[in-house]
Amino acid sequence: MSSIRTFAKKYGWSYLFILPSLLTFALFTLIPVLWSLVISFQKYSLARGGTWVTPIYANYAQAFTMLNGIFLISIRNTLVYTLFTVTANILIGLMIASLIQPLANYMRTFFRAAYYLPAVTSALIIGLTWAYIFNAQWGFATYLTRMFGLPPIRWLSDPDIALTSITLSAILTIPATAIVLFSAAMGSIPLEYYEAADLDGANPIQKWWHITVPLVKSTTLYLVVLYTIASFEVFERIYVMVPSGVGNATQTIVTQIYANGFKEFDFGIASAQAFVLFGMIAAIAFFQFRALRSDVEY
Amino acid sequence: MTTNTEIFPKIESKSAHRRFTFNGYRVLAWFVLIVTTIIALFPMYWLFANAFTPITSTPPLTPILVPAFKLDNFERLLVNNKFYLNWMLNSLIVAFAVTAFHVICDTMAGYAFAKKRFPGRNLLFVLILSTLMIPIHVTFIPLYIINRQLGLIDSLWALILPGTAWVFGIFLMRQYIQTLPSELEDAARIDGCSEFGVFRYVIFPLSRPAVAALAIFTFVRSWNDFLWPVIALNKPQNYTLTVGVANLQGEFMTDWGIIFSGAALAAIPMIIFFLLFQKYFIEGVRMGALKG
Repeated sequence: MSSIRTFAKKYGWSYLFILPSLLTFALFTLIPVLWSLVISFQKYSLARGGTWVTPIYANYAQAFTMLNGIFLISIRNTLVYTLFTVTANILIGLMIASLIQPLANYMRTFFRAAYYLPAVTSALIIGLTWAYIFNAQWGFATYLTRMFGLPPIRWLSDPDIALTSITLSAILTIPATAIVLFSAAMGSIPLEYYEAADLDGANPIQKWWHITVPLVKSTTLYLVVLYTIASFEVFERIYVMVPSGVGNATQTIVTQIYANGFKEFDFGIASAQAFVLFGMIAAIAFFQFRALRSDVEY
Repeated sequence: MTTNTEIFPKIESKSAHRRFTFNGYRVLAWFVLIVTTIIALFPMYWLFANAFTPITSTPPLTPILVPAFKLDNFERLLVNNKFYLNWMLNSLIVAFAVTAFHVICDTMAGYAFAKKRFPGRNLLFVLILSTLMIPIHVTFIPLYIINRQLGLIDSLWALILPGTAWVFGIFLMRQYIQTLPSELEDAARIDGCSEFGVFRYVIFPLSRPAVAALAIFTFVRSWNDFLWPVIALNKPQNYTLTVGVANLQGEFMTDWGIIFSGAALAAIPMIIFFLLFQKYFIEGVRMGALKG
Protein backbone atom coordinates (compact mmCIF):
# COMPACT_ATOMS: atom_id res chain seq x y z
CA MET A 1 0.00 0.00 0.00
CA SER A 2 2.71 2.43 1.00
CA SER A 3 4.67 1.63 -2.14
CA ILE A 4 1.69 2.69 -4.23
CA ARG A 5 1.53 5.87 -2.20
CA THR A 6 5.21 6.68 -2.73
CA PHE A 7 4.83 5.90 -6.44
CA ALA A 8 1.81 8.20 -6.67
CA LYS A 9 3.61 10.88 -4.72
CA LYS A 10 6.71 10.65 -6.86
CA TYR A 11 5.12 10.36 -10.30
CA GLY A 12 1.47 11.31 -9.76
CA TRP A 13 1.83 14.85 -11.06
CA SER A 14 3.66 13.70 -14.19
CA TYR A 15 0.89 11.29 -15.10
CA LEU A 16 -1.72 13.89 -14.27
CA PHE A 17 -0.01 16.37 -16.59
CA ILE A 18 0.02 14.00 -19.56
CA LEU A 19 -3.40 12.48 -18.85
CA PRO A 20 -5.80 14.81 -20.77
CA SER A 21 -3.74 14.94 -23.98
CA LEU A 22 -2.96 11.22 -23.95
CA LEU A 23 -6.56 10.31 -23.19
CA THR A 24 -7.94 12.19 -26.20
CA PHE A 25 -5.05 10.85 -28.28
CA ALA A 26 -5.95 7.29 -27.30
CA LEU A 27 -9.70 7.74 -27.76
CA PHE A 28 -9.72 9.68 -31.02
CA THR A 29 -6.50 8.65 -32.77
CA LEU A 30 -4.97 5.44 -31.48
CA ILE A 31 -8.15 3.37 -31.04
CA PRO A 32 -9.67 4.59 -34.37
CA VAL A 33 -6.46 3.71 -36.25
CA LEU A 34 -6.41 0.18 -34.80
CA TRP A 35 -10.15 -0.24 -35.26
CA SER A 36 -9.89 0.93 -38.85
CA LEU A 37 -7.26 -1.74 -39.46
CA VAL A 38 -9.73 -4.33 -38.14
CA ILE A 39 -12.56 -2.94 -40.32
CA SER A 40 -10.32 -3.16 -43.38
CA PHE A 41 -10.64 -6.96 -43.01
CA GLN A 42 -14.38 -6.86 -42.35
CA LYS A 43 -17.70 -6.22 -43.94
CA TYR A 44 -19.11 -3.53 -41.67
CA SER A 45 -22.68 -2.33 -41.36
CA LEU A 46 -23.81 0.37 -38.94
CA ALA A 47 -26.76 -1.76 -37.84
CA ARG A 48 -25.08 -5.16 -37.44
CA GLY A 49 -21.42 -4.37 -36.84
CA GLY A 50 -18.54 -6.17 -38.53
CA THR A 51 -18.10 -9.67 -39.89
CA TRP A 52 -14.78 -11.00 -41.20
CA VAL A 53 -14.47 -11.33 -44.96
CA THR A 54 -13.07 -14.41 -46.69
CA PRO A 55 -10.38 -14.56 -47.82
CA ILE A 56 -9.15 -12.20 -45.15
CA TYR A 57 -7.59 -9.82 -47.72
CA ALA A 58 -10.80 -9.65 -49.81
CA ASN A 59 -11.37 -5.94 -49.21
CA TYR A 60 -7.86 -5.09 -50.36
CA ALA A 61 -8.25 -7.24 -53.47
CA GLN A 62 -11.64 -5.77 -54.23
CA ALA A 63 -10.39 -2.22 -53.61
CA PHE A 64 -8.01 -2.64 -56.53
CA THR A 65 -10.27 -4.56 -58.90
CA MET A 66 -13.68 -2.93 -58.41
CA LEU A 67 -15.11 -0.65 -61.13
CA ASN A 68 -12.43 -1.55 -63.67
CA GLY A 69 -9.55 -0.69 -61.37
CA ILE A 70 -10.57 2.91 -60.66
CA PHE A 71 -8.45 2.85 -57.49
CA LEU A 72 -5.30 2.14 -59.50
CA ILE A 73 -6.19 5.02 -61.80
CA SER A 74 -6.66 7.28 -58.79
CA ILE A 75 -3.29 6.19 -57.37
CA ARG A 76 -1.70 7.01 -60.72
CA ASN A 77 -3.46 10.40 -60.80
CA THR A 78 -2.26 11.10 -57.26
CA LEU A 79 1.33 10.16 -58.14
CA VAL A 80 1.33 12.35 -61.28
CA TYR A 81 -0.09 15.28 -59.30
CA THR A 82 2.47 14.68 -56.53
CA LEU A 83 5.46 14.42 -58.85
CA PHE A 84 4.82 17.74 -60.57
CA THR A 85 3.57 19.61 -57.52
CA VAL A 86 6.39 18.58 -55.19
CA THR A 87 9.11 19.22 -57.77
CA ALA A 88 7.74 22.66 -58.56
CA ASN A 89 7.14 23.54 -54.90
CA ILE A 90 10.69 22.65 -53.88
CA LEU A 91 12.34 24.43 -56.82
CA ILE A 92 10.19 27.56 -56.49
CA GLY A 93 10.65 27.63 -52.71
CA LEU A 94 14.41 27.23 -53.02
CA MET A 95 14.61 29.90 -55.69
CA ILE A 96 12.53 32.49 -53.83
CA ALA A 97 14.27 31.85 -50.50
CA SER A 98 17.65 32.30 -52.22
CA LEU A 99 16.52 35.54 -53.82
CA ILE A 100 15.17 37.13 -50.65
CA GLN A 101 18.20 36.06 -48.59
CA PRO A 102 20.49 38.97 -49.61
CA LEU A 103 17.76 41.58 -49.11
CA ALA A 104 17.54 43.94 -46.15
CA ASN A 105 15.74 42.53 -43.12
CA TYR A 106 12.51 44.48 -43.56
CA MET A 107 12.26 43.53 -47.25
CA ARG A 108 12.75 39.88 -46.38
CA THR A 109 10.01 40.11 -43.77
CA PHE A 110 7.72 41.80 -46.28
CA PHE A 111 8.17 39.16 -48.96
CA ARG A 112 7.87 36.26 -46.54
CA ALA A 113 4.58 37.73 -45.30
CA ALA A 114 3.30 38.31 -48.85
CA TYR A 115 4.03 34.72 -49.83
CA TYR A 116 2.63 33.35 -46.60
CA LEU A 117 -0.62 35.34 -46.63
CA PRO A 118 -2.63 33.07 -48.98
CA ALA A 119 -1.49 30.01 -47.01
CA VAL A 120 -3.51 31.04 -43.94
CA THR A 121 -6.79 30.70 -45.79
CA SER A 122 -8.23 27.22 -46.08
CA ALA A 123 -7.38 24.86 -48.92
CA LEU A 124 -11.07 24.98 -49.68
CA ILE A 125 -11.17 28.75 -50.33
CA ILE A 126 -7.95 28.56 -52.35
CA GLY A 127 -9.47 25.74 -54.38
CA LEU A 128 -12.62 27.80 -54.92
CA THR A 129 -10.66 30.81 -56.23
CA TRP A 130 -8.87 28.51 -58.68
CA ALA A 131 -12.20 27.06 -59.76
CA TYR A 132 -13.27 30.62 -60.59
CA ILE A 133 -10.01 31.36 -62.41
CA PHE A 134 -10.58 28.27 -64.57
CA ASN A 135 -14.30 28.96 -65.17
CA ALA A 136 -14.85 28.17 -68.85
CA GLN A 137 -16.96 31.30 -69.39
CA TRP A 138 -15.66 34.20 -67.31
CA GLY A 139 -12.58 32.76 -65.59
CA PHE A 140 -9.34 34.75 -65.66
CA ALA A 141 -7.44 31.88 -67.35
CA THR A 142 -10.17 31.73 -70.01
CA TYR A 143 -9.85 35.49 -70.49
CA LEU A 144 -6.09 35.12 -71.00
CA THR A 145 -6.49 32.42 -73.66
CA ARG A 146 -9.08 34.59 -75.43
CA MET A 147 -6.79 37.62 -75.24
CA PHE A 148 -3.94 35.69 -76.86
CA GLY A 149 -6.28 34.42 -79.56
CA LEU A 150 -5.98 30.79 -78.48
CA PRO A 151 -8.87 28.35 -78.98
CA PRO A 152 -11.01 28.01 -75.85
CA ILE A 153 -9.74 25.43 -73.36
CA ARG A 154 -12.23 23.48 -71.24
CA TRP A 155 -9.96 23.71 -68.22
CA LEU A 156 -12.00 21.67 -65.78
CA SER A 157 -14.42 19.71 -67.95
CA ASP A 158 -12.09 18.14 -70.53
CA PRO A 159 -10.94 14.78 -69.09
CA ASP A 160 -7.56 15.16 -70.80
CA ILE A 161 -6.93 18.58 -69.27
CA ALA A 162 -8.69 18.68 -65.88
CA LEU A 163 -5.91 17.02 -63.87
CA THR A 164 -3.33 19.27 -65.55
CA SER A 165 -5.35 22.36 -64.60
CA ILE A 166 -5.62 21.18 -61.00
CA THR A 167 -1.88 20.44 -60.90
CA LEU A 168 -1.17 23.83 -62.43
CA SER A 169 -3.18 25.51 -59.69
CA ALA A 170 -1.10 23.66 -57.08
CA ILE A 171 2.16 24.60 -58.78
CA LEU A 172 1.16 28.27 -58.92
CA THR A 173 0.27 28.28 -55.22
CA ILE A 174 3.57 29.64 -53.94
CA PRO A 175 4.98 27.22 -51.30
CA ALA A 176 5.03 29.40 -48.18
CA THR A 177 6.36 26.80 -45.75
CA ALA A 178 9.25 25.96 -48.06
CA ILE A 179 10.22 29.63 -48.31
CA VAL A 180 10.17 30.11 -44.53
CA LEU A 181 12.16 26.93 -43.81
CA PHE A 182 14.70 27.39 -46.62
CA SER A 183 15.10 30.98 -45.54
CA ALA A 184 15.82 29.90 -41.95
CA ALA A 185 18.28 27.24 -43.12
CA MET A 186 20.12 29.70 -45.36
CA GLY A 187 20.31 32.23 -42.54
CA SER A 188 22.31 29.77 -40.47
CA ILE A 189 25.02 29.14 -43.09
CA PRO A 190 28.25 30.80 -41.85
CA LEU A 191 29.17 33.86 -43.94
CA GLU A 192 32.83 32.74 -43.96
CA TYR A 193 31.96 30.10 -46.55
CA TYR A 194 30.80 32.77 -48.97
CA GLU A 195 33.78 34.99 -48.19
CA ALA A 196 36.12 32.12 -48.96
CA ALA A 197 34.30 31.55 -52.24
CA ASP A 198 34.62 35.26 -53.04
CA LEU A 199 38.38 34.98 -52.65
CA ASP A 200 38.33 32.12 -55.14
CA GLY A 201 36.44 34.35 -57.56
CA ALA A 202 33.16 32.42 -57.52
CA ASN A 203 30.14 34.11 -59.11
CA PRO A 204 26.76 34.20 -57.35
CA ILE A 205 25.42 31.21 -59.28
CA GLN A 206 28.49 29.12 -58.40
CA LYS A 207 28.26 30.13 -54.74
CA TRP A 208 24.60 29.19 -54.72
CA TRP A 209 25.15 25.81 -56.33
CA HIS A 210 28.27 24.82 -54.39
CA ILE A 211 27.51 26.29 -50.96
CA THR A 212 23.83 27.11 -50.46
CA VAL A 213 22.21 24.10 -52.13
CA PRO A 214 24.35 21.40 -50.43
CA LEU A 215 24.07 23.07 -47.01
CA VAL A 216 20.27 23.16 -47.02
CA LYS A 217 20.04 19.53 -48.09
CA SER A 218 18.41 18.24 -44.90
CA THR A 219 15.78 20.99 -45.13
CA THR A 220 15.16 20.02 -48.75
CA LEU A 221 14.66 16.43 -47.72
CA TYR A 222 12.29 17.37 -44.91
CA LEU A 223 10.25 19.54 -47.29
CA VAL A 224 10.12 16.86 -49.97
CA VAL A 225 8.58 14.50 -47.43
CA LEU A 226 6.22 17.17 -46.09
CA TYR A 227 4.95 18.17 -49.53
CA THR A 228 4.79 14.58 -50.78
CA ILE A 229 2.55 13.57 -47.88
CA ALA A 230 0.37 16.67 -48.40
CA SER A 231 0.05 15.88 -52.12
CA PHE A 232 -0.79 12.23 -51.47
CA GLU A 233 -3.66 13.54 -49.34
CA VAL A 234 -4.98 16.09 -51.88
CA PHE A 235 -8.74 16.45 -51.59
CA GLU A 236 -10.26 19.94 -51.05
CA ARG A 237 -8.83 21.36 -54.25
CA ILE A 238 -10.39 18.56 -56.29
CA TYR A 239 -13.65 18.52 -54.35
CA VAL A 240 -14.36 22.16 -55.25
CA MET A 241 -12.68 22.44 -58.67
CA VAL A 242 -14.44 19.41 -60.17
CA PRO A 243 -17.37 18.77 -57.79
CA SER A 244 -18.83 15.88 -59.73
CA GLY A 245 -15.52 14.62 -61.12
CA VAL A 246 -14.51 14.34 -64.76
CA GLY A 247 -14.95 10.63 -65.30
CA ASN A 248 -11.99 8.92 -63.68
CA ALA A 249 -9.60 11.67 -64.72
CA THR A 250 -9.65 13.56 -61.44
CA GLN A 251 -10.11 10.72 -58.96
CA THR A 252 -7.40 10.62 -56.29
CA ILE A 253 -6.78 8.33 -53.35
CA VAL A 254 -8.67 10.46 -50.84
CA THR A 255 -11.61 11.19 -53.17
CA GLN A 256 -11.93 7.41 -53.52
CA ILE A 257 -11.79 6.84 -49.75
CA TYR A 258 -14.43 9.54 -49.31
CA ALA A 259 -16.69 8.17 -52.05
CA ASN A 260 -16.49 4.55 -50.88
CA GLY A 261 -16.74 5.40 -47.19
CA PHE A 262 -19.32 8.15 -47.08
CA LYS A 263 -21.24 7.94 -50.35
CA GLU A 264 -21.45 4.14 -50.69
CA PHE A 265 -20.97 3.48 -46.96
CA ASP A 266 -18.71 0.55 -47.78
CA PHE A 267 -16.51 0.94 -44.71
CA GLY A 268 -14.43 -2.20 -45.37
CA ILE A 269 -13.25 -1.07 -48.80
CA ALA A 270 -12.70 2.53 -47.68
CA SER A 271 -10.62 1.40 -44.69
CA ALA A 272 -8.53 -0.86 -46.90
CA GLN A 273 -7.89 2.07 -49.24
CA ALA A 274 -7.01 4.33 -46.31
CA PHE A 275 -4.42 1.79 -45.23
CA VAL A 276 -2.97 1.69 -48.73
CA LEU A 277 -2.48 5.46 -48.36
CA PHE A 278 -0.99 4.86 -44.91
CA GLY A 279 1.45 2.35 -46.45
CA MET A 280 2.52 4.81 -49.14
CA ILE A 281 3.16 7.52 -46.54
CA ALA A 282 5.01 5.10 -44.28
CA ALA A 283 7.27 4.20 -47.22
CA ILE A 284 8.08 7.89 -47.77
CA ALA A 285 8.76 8.37 -44.04
CA PHE A 286 11.04 5.33 -44.04
CA PHE A 287 12.93 6.73 -47.02
CA GLN A 288 13.40 10.02 -45.16
CA PHE A 289 14.66 8.22 -42.07
CA ARG A 290 17.20 6.26 -44.12
CA ALA A 291 18.36 9.32 -46.02
CA LEU A 292 18.73 11.42 -42.87
CA ARG A 293 20.74 8.72 -41.15
CA SER A 294 23.24 8.62 -43.99
CA ASP A 295 23.28 12.43 -44.14
CA VAL A 296 26.53 14.21 -43.37
CA GLU A 297 26.22 16.72 -40.54
CA TYR A 298 27.94 20.04 -41.12
CA MET B 1 56.29 46.99 -60.57
CA THR B 2 56.07 45.96 -56.97
CA THR B 3 53.92 43.11 -55.88
CA ASN B 4 51.74 45.63 -54.07
CA THR B 5 50.68 47.52 -57.16
CA GLU B 6 50.16 44.24 -58.92
CA ILE B 7 47.76 42.96 -56.33
CA PHE B 8 45.96 46.20 -55.61
CA PRO B 9 44.43 46.91 -59.06
CA LYS B 10 43.57 43.27 -59.42
CA ILE B 11 41.38 43.30 -56.35
CA GLU B 12 39.81 46.58 -57.37
CA SER B 13 38.89 45.39 -60.84
CA LYS B 14 37.58 42.18 -59.41
CA SER B 15 35.31 43.92 -56.96
CA ALA B 16 34.13 46.31 -59.66
CA HIS B 17 33.35 43.38 -61.87
CA ARG B 18 31.51 41.74 -59.06
CA ARG B 19 29.39 44.79 -58.42
CA PHE B 20 28.48 44.94 -62.09
CA THR B 21 27.38 41.33 -62.36
CA PHE B 22 25.68 41.63 -59.00
CA ASN B 23 23.48 44.37 -60.43
CA GLY B 24 22.60 42.18 -63.39
CA TYR B 25 21.53 39.38 -61.06
CA ARG B 26 19.74 41.93 -58.94
CA VAL B 27 17.47 43.13 -61.75
CA LEU B 28 16.59 39.54 -62.59
CA ALA B 29 16.08 38.72 -58.91
CA TRP B 30 13.67 41.62 -58.40
CA PHE B 31 11.79 40.66 -61.54
CA VAL B 32 11.32 37.08 -60.30
CA LEU B 33 10.33 38.24 -56.80
CA ILE B 34 7.74 40.69 -58.07
CA VAL B 35 6.22 38.24 -60.57
CA THR B 36 5.99 35.44 -57.98
CA THR B 37 4.48 37.82 -55.40
CA ILE B 38 1.79 38.74 -57.93
CA ILE B 39 1.16 35.07 -58.69
CA ALA B 40 0.93 34.33 -54.95
CA LEU B 41 -1.53 37.10 -54.18
CA PHE B 42 -3.56 37.29 -57.40
CA PRO B 43 -6.15 34.52 -56.81
CA MET B 44 -7.09 35.95 -53.41
CA TYR B 45 -7.04 39.51 -54.78
CA TRP B 46 -9.30 38.57 -57.68
CA LEU B 47 -11.76 36.89 -55.33
CA PHE B 48 -11.93 40.07 -53.25
CA ALA B 49 -12.20 42.33 -56.33
CA ASN B 50 -15.23 40.31 -57.43
CA ALA B 51 -16.72 40.15 -53.96
CA PHE B 52 -16.59 43.92 -53.54
CA THR B 53 -18.13 44.63 -56.98
CA PRO B 54 -21.92 44.28 -57.33
CA ILE B 55 -22.59 41.16 -59.44
CA THR B 56 -26.09 39.69 -59.47
CA SER B 57 -25.73 37.02 -62.12
CA THR B 58 -22.80 35.92 -64.30
CA PRO B 59 -19.55 37.87 -63.82
CA PRO B 60 -18.46 40.02 -66.81
CA LEU B 61 -16.27 38.37 -69.47
CA THR B 62 -13.64 41.06 -69.03
CA PRO B 63 -12.32 40.27 -65.55
CA ILE B 64 -12.91 42.73 -62.74
CA LEU B 65 -9.47 43.84 -61.65
CA VAL B 66 -10.39 46.96 -59.71
CA PRO B 67 -13.08 46.48 -57.08
CA ALA B 68 -15.96 48.97 -56.84
CA PHE B 69 -15.68 48.87 -53.02
CA LYS B 70 -19.41 48.24 -52.64
CA LEU B 71 -20.97 45.87 -50.13
CA ASP B 72 -24.07 44.84 -52.17
CA ASN B 73 -22.96 41.21 -52.50
CA PHE B 74 -22.30 40.86 -48.79
CA GLU B 75 -25.69 42.37 -48.01
CA ARG B 76 -27.46 39.87 -50.27
CA LEU B 77 -25.38 37.05 -48.82
CA LEU B 78 -26.49 37.79 -45.27
CA VAL B 79 -30.12 38.49 -46.24
CA ASN B 80 -30.64 35.49 -48.54
CA ASN B 81 -28.62 33.00 -46.56
CA LYS B 82 -30.04 32.85 -43.07
CA PHE B 83 -27.33 30.47 -41.81
CA TYR B 84 -24.12 32.26 -42.76
CA LEU B 85 -23.67 33.83 -39.32
CA ASN B 86 -24.47 30.44 -37.72
CA TRP B 87 -21.66 28.88 -39.75
CA MET B 88 -19.26 31.56 -38.60
CA LEU B 89 -20.33 31.12 -34.99
CA ASN B 90 -19.99 27.32 -35.28
CA SER B 91 -16.48 27.66 -36.68
CA LEU B 92 -15.58 30.06 -33.87
CA ILE B 93 -16.94 27.79 -31.13
CA VAL B 94 -15.11 24.74 -32.45
CA ALA B 95 -11.85 26.61 -33.03
CA PHE B 96 -11.90 28.25 -29.57
CA ALA B 97 -12.74 25.00 -27.76
CA VAL B 98 -10.07 22.98 -29.57
CA THR B 99 -7.46 25.72 -29.13
CA ALA B 100 -8.17 26.12 -25.41
CA PHE B 101 -7.75 22.39 -24.89
CA HIS B 102 -4.45 22.21 -26.76
CA VAL B 103 -2.95 25.32 -25.20
CA ILE B 104 -3.54 24.05 -21.66
CA CYS B 105 -3.24 20.29 -21.97
CA ASP B 106 -0.42 20.12 -24.53
CA THR B 107 1.65 22.55 -22.50
CA MET B 108 1.17 20.38 -19.41
CA ALA B 109 2.02 17.23 -21.35
CA GLY B 110 4.96 18.90 -23.06
CA TYR B 111 6.25 20.01 -19.65
CA ALA B 112 6.03 16.50 -18.23
CA PHE B 113 7.77 14.98 -21.25
CA ALA B 114 10.47 17.66 -21.25
CA LYS B 115 11.34 18.00 -17.57
CA LYS B 116 9.97 15.10 -15.56
CA ARG B 117 11.14 11.53 -15.21
CA PHE B 118 8.55 8.82 -14.86
CA PRO B 119 8.22 5.18 -15.88
CA GLY B 120 7.01 4.82 -19.48
CA ARG B 121 7.97 8.34 -20.48
CA ASN B 122 10.11 7.45 -23.48
CA LEU B 123 7.81 4.69 -24.64
CA LEU B 124 4.77 6.99 -24.59
CA PHE B 125 6.63 9.77 -26.36
CA VAL B 126 7.87 7.49 -29.13
CA LEU B 127 4.31 6.17 -29.50
CA ILE B 128 3.03 9.72 -29.93
CA LEU B 129 5.79 10.68 -32.34
CA SER B 130 5.26 7.63 -34.49
CA THR B 131 1.63 8.58 -35.09
CA LEU B 132 2.48 12.09 -36.33
CA MET B 133 2.63 10.97 -39.93
CA ILE B 134 -0.45 8.75 -39.96
CA PRO B 135 -2.93 10.14 -42.48
CA ILE B 136 -5.94 11.39 -40.57
CA HIS B 137 -8.20 9.71 -43.15
CA VAL B 138 -7.49 6.37 -41.52
CA THR B 139 -9.43 7.49 -38.44
CA PHE B 140 -12.55 8.84 -40.16
CA ILE B 141 -14.57 5.63 -40.39
CA PRO B 142 -14.20 4.56 -36.74
CA LEU B 143 -14.74 8.19 -35.67
CA TYR B 144 -17.96 8.24 -37.67
CA ILE B 145 -19.13 5.00 -36.05
CA ILE B 146 -18.23 6.21 -32.54
CA ASN B 147 -19.91 9.58 -33.04
CA ARG B 148 -23.03 7.97 -34.43
CA GLN B 149 -23.29 5.57 -31.54
CA LEU B 150 -22.91 8.47 -29.12
CA GLY B 151 -25.49 10.46 -31.08
CA LEU B 152 -23.01 13.25 -31.74
CA ILE B 153 -23.14 13.29 -35.55
CA ASP B 154 -24.50 16.64 -36.72
CA SER B 155 -23.42 18.37 -33.51
CA LEU B 156 -20.33 20.46 -32.84
CA TRP B 157 -19.10 17.82 -30.36
CA ALA B 158 -18.38 15.61 -33.36
CA LEU B 159 -15.76 18.19 -34.39
CA ILE B 160 -14.51 19.31 -30.98
CA LEU B 161 -13.78 15.87 -29.50
CA PRO B 162 -11.67 14.51 -32.39
CA GLY B 163 -10.11 17.98 -32.68
CA THR B 164 -8.53 17.55 -29.24
CA ALA B 165 -6.57 14.53 -30.48
CA TRP B 166 -3.70 16.18 -32.27
CA VAL B 167 -0.28 15.37 -30.85
CA PHE B 168 1.70 18.01 -32.71
CA GLY B 169 1.24 20.42 -29.80
CA ILE B 170 2.75 18.00 -27.27
CA PHE B 171 5.76 17.65 -29.52
CA LEU B 172 6.09 21.40 -30.09
CA MET B 173 5.79 22.27 -26.39
CA ARG B 174 8.24 19.58 -25.33
CA GLN B 175 10.81 20.94 -27.78
CA TYR B 176 10.40 24.44 -26.40
CA ILE B 177 10.20 23.65 -22.68
CA GLN B 178 13.35 21.52 -22.94
CA THR B 179 15.29 24.72 -23.65
CA LEU B 180 14.07 26.45 -20.44
CA PRO B 181 16.51 26.42 -17.51
CA SER B 182 15.45 24.19 -14.59
CA GLU B 183 16.76 26.60 -11.92
CA LEU B 184 13.55 28.65 -11.95
CA GLU B 185 11.38 25.61 -11.31
CA ASP B 186 13.62 24.52 -8.46
CA ALA B 187 13.56 27.99 -6.97
CA ALA B 188 9.75 28.06 -7.12
CA ARG B 189 9.60 24.66 -5.44
CA ILE B 190 11.90 25.81 -2.64
CA ASP B 191 9.59 28.81 -2.20
CA GLY B 192 6.78 26.36 -1.51
CA CYS B 193 5.08 26.24 -4.93
CA SER B 194 3.01 23.11 -5.58
CA GLU B 195 3.72 21.06 -8.71
CA PHE B 196 0.75 22.65 -10.43
CA GLY B 197 1.90 26.05 -9.20
CA VAL B 198 5.29 25.52 -10.83
CA PHE B 199 3.49 24.81 -14.09
CA ARG B 200 1.01 27.65 -13.71
CA TYR B 201 3.38 30.39 -12.55
CA VAL B 202 6.76 29.40 -14.00
CA ILE B 203 6.52 27.09 -17.00
CA PHE B 204 3.39 28.45 -18.66
CA PRO B 205 4.44 32.14 -18.63
CA LEU B 206 7.96 31.26 -19.81
CA SER B 207 6.55 29.24 -22.71
CA ARG B 208 4.55 32.15 -24.06
CA PRO B 209 6.17 32.32 -27.54
CA ALA B 210 5.61 28.61 -28.17
CA VAL B 211 2.10 28.79 -26.67
CA ALA B 212 1.28 31.66 -29.03
CA ALA B 213 2.50 29.68 -32.04
CA LEU B 214 0.57 26.60 -30.89
CA ALA B 215 -2.62 28.61 -30.31
CA ILE B 216 -2.41 30.21 -33.74
CA PHE B 217 -1.73 26.96 -35.54
CA THR B 218 -4.49 25.09 -33.76
CA PHE B 219 -7.00 27.85 -34.38
CA VAL B 220 -6.19 28.21 -38.08
CA ARG B 221 -6.15 24.45 -38.57
CA SER B 222 -9.53 24.05 -36.93
CA TRP B 223 -11.06 27.05 -38.74
CA ASN B 224 -9.87 25.73 -42.11
CA ASP B 225 -10.75 22.07 -41.54
CA PHE B 226 -13.06 20.67 -44.21
CA LEU B 227 -13.16 16.94 -44.89
CA TRP B 228 -14.15 15.69 -41.43
CA PRO B 229 -16.79 18.45 -40.96
CA VAL B 230 -18.30 17.52 -44.35
CA ILE B 231 -18.62 13.94 -43.13
CA ALA B 232 -19.85 14.76 -39.62
CA LEU B 233 -22.37 17.54 -40.33
CA ASN B 234 -25.61 17.16 -42.30
CA LYS B 235 -28.06 19.95 -41.52
CA PRO B 236 -27.28 23.39 -43.01
CA GLN B 237 -27.69 25.18 -39.67
CA ASN B 238 -24.96 22.98 -38.17
CA TYR B 239 -22.34 23.57 -40.87
CA THR B 240 -19.04 25.19 -40.16
CA LEU B 241 -17.95 28.01 -42.45
CA THR B 242 -15.88 25.89 -44.87
CA VAL B 243 -18.68 23.37 -45.35
CA GLY B 244 -21.26 26.12 -45.80
CA VAL B 245 -19.16 28.03 -48.32
CA ALA B 246 -18.53 24.87 -50.32
CA ASN B 247 -22.30 24.42 -50.55
CA LEU B 248 -23.09 28.00 -51.58
CA GLN B 249 -22.41 27.20 -55.20
CA GLY B 250 -25.15 24.58 -55.31
CA GLU B 251 -27.61 26.82 -53.52
CA PHE B 252 -27.13 30.12 -55.36
CA MET B 253 -26.16 28.79 -58.76
CA THR B 254 -27.06 31.95 -60.63
CA ASP B 255 -26.00 34.63 -58.16
CA TRP B 256 -22.22 34.69 -58.29
CA GLY B 257 -22.04 37.84 -56.18
CA ILE B 258 -23.31 35.86 -53.18
CA ILE B 259 -20.86 33.03 -53.85
CA PHE B 260 -17.87 35.38 -54.13
CA SER B 261 -18.77 37.35 -51.03
CA GLY B 262 -19.39 34.14 -49.07
CA ALA B 263 -15.92 32.83 -49.90
CA ALA B 264 -14.24 36.19 -49.30
CA LEU B 265 -15.94 36.70 -45.94
CA ALA B 266 -14.75 33.25 -44.82
CA ALA B 267 -11.15 34.19 -45.64
CA ILE B 268 -11.17 37.65 -44.03
CA PRO B 269 -10.87 36.59 -40.35
CA MET B 270 -7.78 34.46 -41.05
CA ILE B 271 -6.17 37.22 -43.13
CA ILE B 272 -6.70 39.78 -40.35
CA PHE B 273 -5.46 37.23 -37.84
CA PHE B 274 -2.33 36.73 -39.92
CA LEU B 275 -1.66 40.45 -40.36
CA LEU B 276 -1.92 40.93 -36.58
CA PHE B 277 0.23 37.97 -35.54
CA GLN B 278 2.46 37.60 -38.57
CA LYS B 279 5.62 37.16 -36.51
CA TYR B 280 4.20 34.21 -34.57
CA PHE B 281 3.02 32.46 -37.73
CA ILE B 282 6.49 32.53 -39.30
CA GLU B 283 8.18 31.62 -36.00
CA GLY B 284 5.71 28.80 -35.53
CA VAL B 285 6.49 27.30 -38.92
CA ARG B 286 10.15 27.29 -37.95
CA MET B 287 9.58 25.84 -34.50
CA GLY B 288 7.30 23.14 -35.82
CA ALA B 289 9.97 21.99 -38.21
CA LEU B 290 12.60 21.46 -35.55
CA LYS B 291 13.40 17.81 -35.45
CA GLY B 292 14.38 15.98 -32.32
